[in-house]
Amino acid sequence: MSTFILMTITGLGLAALYFLVASGLSLIFGLMHVLNFAHAAFLTLGGYTAWLVADTTGNLLLGMVVGVVAAAALGAVTESGLLRRLHGDHVPQVLLTVGLLLAFTALVRAVFGSDARPMPVPGWMNEVTPVAGALVPNSRFVLIGAAAAVYLALALFLARTRYGLIVRAGVENRAMVTALGIDVRRAFTLVFALGAGAAALAGSLVALLQNAVSPEQGMNLLIFAFIVVIIGGLGSFHGSALAALLVGLVQQYTNFYALVGMGDLVVVLLLAGILLTRPQGLLGRRLA
Amino acid sequence: MILQVDGLDVVLGESHVLHGVSFEVRQGGVTALLGRNGAGKTTTLRALLALVPATGSVRLAGQEVSGELTYEIVRRGVGYVPEDREVFAGLTVQENLRLAERPGGPHHYDRVFELFPRLRERLRQRAGTLSGGEQQMLALARALLNDNRLLLVDEPSQGLAPHLVAQLTEVLQRAADLVTVLLVEQNLTMVRRLAHDAVVLDQGRVVWTGPAGELLSDPDTTRQLLGVGAGARPGGGA
Repeated sequence: MSTFILMTITGLGLAALYFLVASGLSLIFGLMHVLNFAHAAFLTLGGYTAWLVADTTGNLLLGMVVGVVAAAALGAVTESGLLRRLHGDHVPQVLLTVGLLLAFTALVRAVFGSDARPMPVPGWMNEVTPVAGALVPNSRFVLIGAAAAVYLALALFLARTRYGLIVRAGVENRAMVTALGIDVRRAFTLVFALGAGAAALAGSLVALLQNAVSPEQGMNLLIFAFIVVIIGGLGSFHGSALAALLVGLVQQYTNFYALVGMGDLVVVLLLAGILLTRPQGLLGRRLA
Repeated sequence: MILQVDGLDVVLGESHVLHGVSFEVRQGGVTALLGRNGAGKTTTLRALLALVPATGSVRLAGQEVSGELTYEIVRRGVGYVPEDREVFAGLTVQENLRLAERPGGPHHYDRVFELFPRLRERLRQRAGTLSGGEQQMLALARALLNDNRLLLVDEPSQGLAPHLVAQLTEVLQRAADLVTVLLVEQNLTMVRRLAHDAVVLDQGRVVWTGPAGELLSDPDTTRQLLGVGAGARPGGGA
């Protein structure tokens, strides 16, 4: 039983990371119809900024906050300065975001080297807390707590603010939002910045989990985040949360109870099954 | 004139939909934009709002608006009630109305709830669960919530039962007392009741303009231009 509890909480931690990356990706795709491969660059930026600031000042929390703010600012500049010029041109948009990811990864390698750098993780994060007989690493609780806080904040933003209303309407019918006299481009920038910030938070948490930062961390997580977005339903924020839980737990249980490495295959099979039986995803809307 | 359109051209993909469309809409009342299926009526409304790329001149109350973005044109005082309503299905009625509130106001909720009392009862209901008639009310309510100079209304009677069409006609008549309406409509009975002027499109070109009564009182002209008798429906928009 204690093993099952440990696997469940570890799976929830993985789900937390997937959600942090996928929620931004999903909203960006739903509102702007952009497949944002550059999302992984924001993740890497978050990890390296947290490492750099924590290594310099000894303050990890400050590093994480600076990483989130820097990524959100860079996200806003990327959307308003680059992507906006390619509005509606999907292929150039994809090429741009892939190019940004490759360029940013190369830049990180050039500045910090290709090798992983050790992350100064506080001692208490590597300690364990007993839960119903299972000894759970504290880092898992940090992951779950951070994702829950982001979920709550984004859910409140979407439900209670005017910009949240614009985003929800824009995901349904962007043209009609503009036909009501709303400058939807501001919502694009805001969503892009929020998504980049959440990805940066995920980047710093991955670094904490792995006790290191490396240039490829972002790319490794991006593929599963895309799977979560598709399973949850493109543009569905709550769908991303649900799919992240499903993918994280299934992956973890399979890797432990079946065969290590089998979890990735089962997740891909899960994706195929969802696409065959419910192409719009768990909580997505069926296209006309 | 509240609206002057001159040489409007629209090319969508490989299809040249509008060919130098020119017409004027005078202040007040209802002007009907008519034509057979595929004549370019809906595209004309969408081009006026820059929802499709277009060339040519569009002047609203004497001011050139071509080249502006959709939201900028709308904020000059243009309300739009699209074909198929296009209410936000996942949002409640209240949220649909809140979204339509233009900055600076005023927002005429009293007017909207007087015209559509049923919407007040359904404020917390998701718009996607409303009946077709209620969705049409919501689409009109969004446009009437703000002070507008011009309403662009596209096929409002489409898919509605006859008694709802009669109610809708009453509402549009009252709306026309407040704001100029450019109406695309298949239901010629409704057009006859509402419109004082008419513009007829055929294959993306203006082929007739003048008093609506003159057009609809002449069965031969109506049949020639719209392909139907004066009491019938000429077909959906394109």
